[in-house]
Amino acid sequence: MGPVSGVLSHRWVRFAVRRLGRLLVSLAVLLTASFLMIHLIPGDPVRGALGPTAPAALVEARRESLGLNDPLWLQYWHYLQGVFTGDFGTSLTSQLPVSDIISQRLPATLTLAIIAFAVAVVVAVPLGVLMGVVTRRGRGRRSELAFTTTSVVLGTIPDFLIGVGLVYVFGVNLGWLPVAGNATPDAYVLPVIALAVGPAVILARIIRVEMVAVLEADFVRTARAKRLPSRTIYLGHALPNALTAALTICGLLLGSLVAGTVLVENVFAWPGLGRTIAQSILSKDYPVVQAIVLVYGIGVLLANTVVDIVLALLDPRSMIAED
Amino acid sequence: MARRWMRVLRTPLGLTTGVLVAAVVVLAIVAPILWGDRADAVDTDNILTGPSAEHWAGTDGLGRDIFFRSLVASRLSLELALVATVLGVVVGLLLGTAPLLVGRRLGRLVTAGVNIAVAFPGLLLALFFAVVFGVGATGAVLAIGLAGAPSFARLVQTLVAGVASLDYVSAARVAGVGRVRILLRHVLPNIAEPLVVNATLAAGGALLAFAGLSFLGLGVQQPSYDWGRLLFEGIGTIYVNPMAAFAPGLAVLIAGLAFNLFGESVAKGLGVTTVGGVPVLPANDAKRSGAGEDEHSTADAARPSPSDLVLDVQDLRVSFPGADGPIRPVRGVTFSVRHGEALGVVGESGSGKSLTALAVAQLIEEPGHVDAARLDFRGEDLREGPRAHRHLLGTSMAMVFQDPMTSFNPTRRMGGQLAEVAVHHQGMTRKQALARAVDRLRAVRVPDPEKRATQYPHEFSGGMRQRAMIGMGVMGNPSLIIADEPTTALDVTVQQQVLDLLQSIRDEDDVALVLISHDVTVVGEVCDRVLVMYAGRIVEDLPADQLDGGARHPYTRALVAAVPDMHTDLEQPLAVVPGRPVDPADVPVGCAFAARCPLADDHCRAVDPPLAPVGDGISVACWHAGEPLGLDEETGELMEAETV
Repeated sequence: MGPVSGVLSHRWVRFAVRRLGRLLVSLAVLLTASFLMIHLIPGDPVRGALGPTAPAALVEARRESLGLNDPLWLQYWHYLQGVFTGDFGTSLTSQLPVSDIISQRLPATLTLAIIAFAVAVVVAVPLGVLMGVVTRRGRGRRSELAFTTTSVVLGTIPDFLIGVGLVYVFGVNLGWLPVAGNATPDAYVLPVIALAVGPAVILARIIRVEMVAVLEADFVRTARAKRLPSRTIYLGHALPNALTAALTICGLLLGSLVAGTVLVENVFAWPGLGRTIAQSILSKDYPVVQAIVLVYGIGVLLANTVVDIVLALLDPRSMIAED
Repeated sequence: MARRWMRVLRTPLGLTTGVLVAAVVVLAIVAPILWGDRADAVDTDNILTGPSAEHWAGTDGLGRDIFFRSLVASRLSLELALVATVLGVVVGLLLGTAPLLVGRRLGRLVTAGVNIAVAFPGLLLALFFAVVFGVGATGAVLAIGLAGAPSFARLVQTLVAGVASLDYVSAARVAGVGRVRILLRHVLPNIAEPLVVNATLAAGGALLAFAGLSFLGLGVQQPSYDWGRLLFEGIGTIYVNPMAAFAPGLAVLIAGLAFNLFGESVAKGLGVTTVGGVPVLPANDAKRSGAGEDEHSTADAARPSPSDLVLDVQDLRVSFPGADGPIRPVRGVTFSVRHGEALGVVGESGSGKSLTALAVAQLIEEPGHVDAARLDFRGEDLREGPRAHRHLLGTSMAMVFQDPMTSFNPTRRMGGQLAEVAVHHQGMTRKQALARAVDRLRAVRVPDPEKRATQYPHEFSGGMRQRAMIGMGVMGNPSLIIADEPTTALDVTVQQQVLDLLQSIRDEDDVALVLISHDVTVVGEVCDRVLVMYAGRIVEDLPADQLDGGARHPYTRALVAAVPDMHTDLEQPLAVVPGRPVDPADVPVGCAFAARCPLADDHCRAVDPPLAPVGDGISVACWHAGEPLGLDEETGELMEAETV
């Protein structure tokens, strides 16, 4: 690159600083929110967790061990210290270190989310491009109507309902695939489908609309005037421009997909964070809930950041266009 | 406004989902009254049974009828969803209008908070609030309501920003109207419609979210039940009685979809719907013109021998399908371009000059249709389709388009965009091609071409982009450059540079040029020969030096007269060619220019004149070629124009 890198890196540095700043602010807000969660609960959380019949001495002792009697700022300080040293306290119900629970449960959730997202993208991009090419310049009205209707309906059905339907058809009726746990590779099939359908159709819809718009653009005519093969025109010239909008949505989809694992895990008895958080909320095991909320939140923030960086790589204008 | 909503109900989707929404609401009202007792009736003889004639969807662990329970659950499910939606909208409105209400600094803080909150998915926020407010129906309403608030706040911010800058709102502010009053009187009424539409969508979302929370066991608790609670119980017995999960699942799905899709169709119906069509043309009634259409003209006198010709076009026609039959913006155009010749094509917009160029370059896309008696480029018949001569066209015919700002791919580096041509058509490696690209950028006088080649189009100025576009054209060894209004989008000072560049490329390599322009001056300056187009036909074909004074066609003469020069009296209004261009969907019988022509008579309005040579290297399509016009020499206006 030689002399160019100076200018380029300058812009990249500015972008990185701004993006990192936003990530840090969001993280700070997230940390504070997860800390305050336990203090926002009306009444005494420990009394709530242990139940009305627990002796007052036990409640007091537990409060003391959780540090709930310290001044708020000191608790906050201890909380931050804990988070940065990987110490999230102990579970109120199982007495296990929360960090152990997380490290045990996180991989299952992460694998599920990543596979589902990858499947969604791998399905959505070719589908969206194909539909875009087929329906460009007002052609293929019937295909457009069929595609749009199907995708709107599929995109609206919540993932856990799709999961229930899949359990019913493939697990109960046909008995083809396992419907609980993650012991075997084929156990991934149904949860991944349940999670991926919604994001895939939404993404495909957006890519189609973008493709149709991009194929009208002047630079596509330029590409045609260069007599490039159709493949190069659609994939090399049109697609990257259609993807910028799709990528922005990808960030949101990835975030909602991360959250979607909570419900889908509960449909498929998946041994991940989603089942743990639901159980912990019910049993008022607040340290566990706090930590898992934090983990999900960080996951979402990281997903958004990664998407922004990919966006900047793909379309350098987005670095400037941002804010 | 009412009429617009009615229009939504007239679409199939709007009607279906509208009826469904109404049905769900009615069901929620009447179901507990009609079937409340049957839903709660305990039948200990029929515990956890499958579907039967008595219990259509089977029974639960206490022998209660699941079908009726699913119907009755509509009341609570809908109530909770609506309360949560209202909560979300109200809190969202407060947060979203905060910048308007509490002053700039605090408002900015609220906006930043909202921006952070919307990054988190609703379910995560709902879980957070569910922990804070506790498990149960009340906690779930608060959780889902508050979880929806940030996205509503964002929507309100956007809507308010659009309204708050409107003139009358600013006026009210200047007049000292209070903030709350501005909000209630001026802002809210203007954003009500999109808010209502989005609230409908949100209600569908809330319905499904409640099902989700209850499904996790965090929502409604026994003995109350909503659809999510039933689903939660049903999934536990899915092997015993699948209907126990299926029935409430289906119910929540239908209700959720109804609200969501109704909201979507309302949003689409009230917004601007885009109808795909032919962008080049107005798609109004296409009345096919009768006589004169098929009686096409060929100027055959003194045709140069084919070997001299780069381009040989005979009877070129372009048509697009229209509402009432095909629209024909190019109606039989015949011309040729010799090696190294510069041919100008002038005419008003809509005269078919750009479409002629695109048709020659085989760039008209379906549904457009190109037809020609002859379309030879360097002796090859282009009518065989663009694929047949891909490499020839890719290296020998260069295109330069009007708007350099939009004609480059914004996501790719300039060097790569130029290099592509050589990689695909000249078998170069990427590295060789990039070197060639740098060389070509230098040839078109782009400064510092090595650096420029690694930059993106948005880093180029308009004039530099247009030069790069020309550089892309000379990646191969073009024998013809087709430039469609190459300078129209540029500053006057830059225009000249681009024209000079085209000129120097012609001089160096003996390249032919077809220059399309609405600007007679530009064409007269650059070109050897000029075609004047009107309503899809060539009305005059003349040497460029004959433009001033030698032109025979009244239209050409009006065009030339309309050009302001140093002697134009700036006190007078600038001259124009009076009348309006012909709509390609509605071409009149006879000479298309007759309606604007001071010389037109009944013969002109009945029979279209053919393009015929009249000497001095001029061909003209006019029954009154060269007759005196009665042109007002002072203003250049056609004095008799209004008489027709």
